[in-house]
Amino acid sequence: MTINTLSQDGVQRQQMPCLTKMERMIISMQDPDMGIKLRNQRLLITVIPHAMTGLDIVEWLIKKCSISDEEALHVGQLFVKYGYIYPLKEPRNLILKADDSSYRFQTPYYWMSTRWPASELDYAIYLAKKNIRKQGELIEYEKECYNALHKRINHTWDFVVMQAREQLRASKQRRKGDRIVLECQEQAYWLVNRPPPGTQDSIDHGPERRTTNTRVYVKYCEQYQPHDPIMQGCLPSNPWITDDIMFWNMNSETVALPTKLRVERWSFSFMELLNDQMGRKEFLTYLEKEFSAENLCFWQACEDVRHGETAKIPEKVDEVYKQFLAPGASRWVNIDSKTMEKTLEGLKRPHRFVLDDAQMHIYFLMKKDSYPRYLKSELYKNLLARAITDTTPFAHVFPFMRRQRHSSPSPALATQTAEDDGKAKYSNSNSGTVLGFTDLQMKLLYLSLALFNINSNTK
Amino acid sequence: MCDQTFLAITFGPCDNCSQNKPLMNIYLKNEPINYCSLCVELMACQGLAKGETIHTLKAESETLKTKLEEERAKLHDVELHQVAEKIEALGQFVMKTRRTLKGHGNKVLCVDWCRDKRRIVSSSQDGKVIVWDAYTTNKEHAVTMPCTWVMACAYAPSGCAVACGGLDNKCSVYPLSLDKNENLAAKKKSVAMHTNYLSSCSFTNSDMQILTSSGDGTCALWDVESGQLLQSFHGHSADVLSLNLAPSETGNTFVSGGCDKKANVWDMRSGQNVQSFETHESDINSVKYYPSGDAFATGSDDATCRLYDLRADREVAIYSKESIIFGASSVDFSLSGRLLFAGYNDYTINVWDVLKGTRVAILFGHENRVSTVRVSPDGTAFCSGSWDNTLRIWA
Repeated sequence: MTINTLSQDGVQRQQMPCLTKMERMIISMQDPDMGIKLRNQRLLITVIPHAMTGLDIVEWLIKKCSISDEEALHVGQLFVKYGYIYPLKEPRNLILKADDSSYRFQTPYYWMSTRWPASELDYAIYLAKKNIRKQGELIEYEKECYNALHKRINHTWDFVVMQAREQLRASKQRRKGDRIVLECQEQAYWLVNRPPPGTQDSIDHGPERRTTNTRVYVKYCEQYQPHDPIMQGCLPSNPWITDDIMFWNMNSETVALPTKLRVERWSFSFMELLNDQMGRKEFLTYLEKEFSAENLCFWQACEDVRHGETAKIPEKVDEVYKQFLAPGASRWVNIDSKTMEKTLEGLKRPHRFVLDDAQMHIYFLMKKDSYPRYLKSELYKNLLARAITDTTPFAHVFPFMRRQRHSSPSPALATQTAEDDGKAKYSNSNSGTVLGFTDLQMKLLYLSLALFNINSNTK
Repeated sequence: MCDQTFLAITFGPCDNCSQNKPLMNIYLKNEPINYCSLCVELMACQGLAKGETIHTLKAESETLKTKLEEERAKLHDVELHQVAEKIEALGQFVMKTRRTLKGHGNKVLCVDWCRDKRRIVSSSQDGKVIVWDAYTTNKEHAVTMPCTWVMACAYAPSGCAVACGGLDNKCSVYPLSLDKNENLAAKKKSVAMHTNYLSSCSFTNSDMQILTSSGDGTCALWDVESGQLLQSFHGHSADVLSLNLAPSETGNTFVSGGCDKKANVWDMRSGQNVQSFETHESDINSVKYYPSGDAFATGSDDATCRLYDLRADREVAIYSKESIIFGASSVDFSLSGRLLFAGYNDYTINVWDVLKGTRVAILFGHENRVSTVRVSPDGTAFCSGSWDNTLRIWA
């Protein structure tokens, strides 16, 4: 379950024309020569830069569009309603007054075309910040929203609070003037996107048109095309075509150095990283450095419960509790109190899905927090830099050589003796060692033969 | 002309000329009558307007049909194909048979790849289940089932076992032993029990659970060790022919297709049917998820393959051609999801451009129906199984 709301592309297509038009106007309003004259505005004891009066806006519109007072006021009002301009003195009153009341342009970061629809997660972080900053600063309807969100996206509440704290800390390090401007901008954004009840919802739109988000497919196909051997071939060669299994050897589970394509693929999605055993191992190493390895271990243990033998579920669940959930456990995982409570309650009657909520919480925590940081980490970047690229296609060096098709050890062999709990582990059946040697030896043989031939021919 | 016309062929005395001929049941003013085709034509001519002949009317109905298809195609154009217009078209497409696996004594019905990317398990009408190293074409294991028509087979994720079943109404798991002398059948585990034939089976993320679909109209989830039924899925009104597990993060859903022309999406935990799609005109023989899990493709006896988007909750593409008349028995995607491989009952395999909706290639080679098509786990090749008793690896 993700916290996405409507398919962005779909509804954006609806909204785009009017927003683009508005934005073009807003940009020309800010033109240094032909735009509105901006000045500093004193707000209590601080000075807010780049402010203008309502009258400025109306007059500019009259001149630019050759329209009447009434129409200019109407058009200007729309800009305020859609959040492109916000008032300074009475922020909650989204009205344009054709007098000396101060207004500012909203930063493009918060424009409706860039940040629409407003995500629940962001709103939760905003309210959390307000709450932390000053107790009782949340007004009535904001408190209600806060509580509703807390219930709805409870599994990421840790993340929300952490983000809020981080953002507050970062803002404290800014100059006061900047800080106030940023707060004004953020507040204006949320007043437009989460208006108090009773006020008109400016972003009201018609019934959701279920357009297919077809760009999803195009994007996916494009992203994966270099990895699709049938579409684009694979290096050094496709084993089925050239009878050379180098490609399989190079991409096996236990290879020393992975290929660049493979490491890149881990960045496509968290699932790609976890689905590759090598990727999972690398990620675990990274988490160990961050002292949060227990998260991945917990997740794996939950998978084992979900997909394992029914008979072993009670004992497995008990193990998980002892290791990860019990107070003072050696690898205690940080789950929010609500989920923990629910899970512990369910443990009294353990079943296959009893750990699902907790597992989901930890999964999304890793996905939203550790995974993006791993991709930016030195560990990942180093591996990517060292990874194998553009191999010379060995098979084509000796085209006359009819390749022997070697058999490989059956996966059934290695795990025959080991008692398996049903985890999908299997030994690498394409172990490069034995076969690689033979291939290499053959190549050396042919090379020396070829050289011998050349030598004898030139004599 | 008649007020309503329903065509159904039976044989017997015509209501008009009393001769024994193949009859068409038609309704004249809501009364059902049985006329032979000659009498139908004669009667139809009575209602012809000036200047019209049977010939002209037939031609008119043909043009209307093509117009209808065009309009239909336009509707689909607005979506997937329109966005795909800007993408480069695929160039010349060359795929050849790289391996031919001979060894089955009768029709090959099902095939599945091992996660090691080179081994496969195949099952056949004669009751034999064979495990091959497709790369070397060596047979590694062979099991003789106690029944014929083994329609389903699957390789366990660990590579240590295979599951199969068919007319015995069961799904059995055979651990693969490397001891040549050991009779694999001895260690067989009976897992699933249905009340009609087993049409498809698949392991979930581990060796411990199997998902099955059956001619009894249900799907079921089983615990391998105990044979216990964990969950059953009711909702199809006819035989369920195929199923496929979703590649999602939470790994909780699967899709099934059946003879009731429906494709249903199920939640594995609750057993609920969460989504249903019914646009095919005939039995759905095969269902397969698009690699991202956002959609799935189907192959049907109505000679079309279709793509259904899960979020939009509807069909978004049809892959069909006038020259393709026979049903599609099996479909699978290439690794990137750009290509759809479909095996047909006219012995061919058609390769479709998923985004543009066009056919990229037609592959000849099999000498009888293609019953199953599966792409290898790393996308380097795909395997086709046929009623000509062979399997082919294409790359």
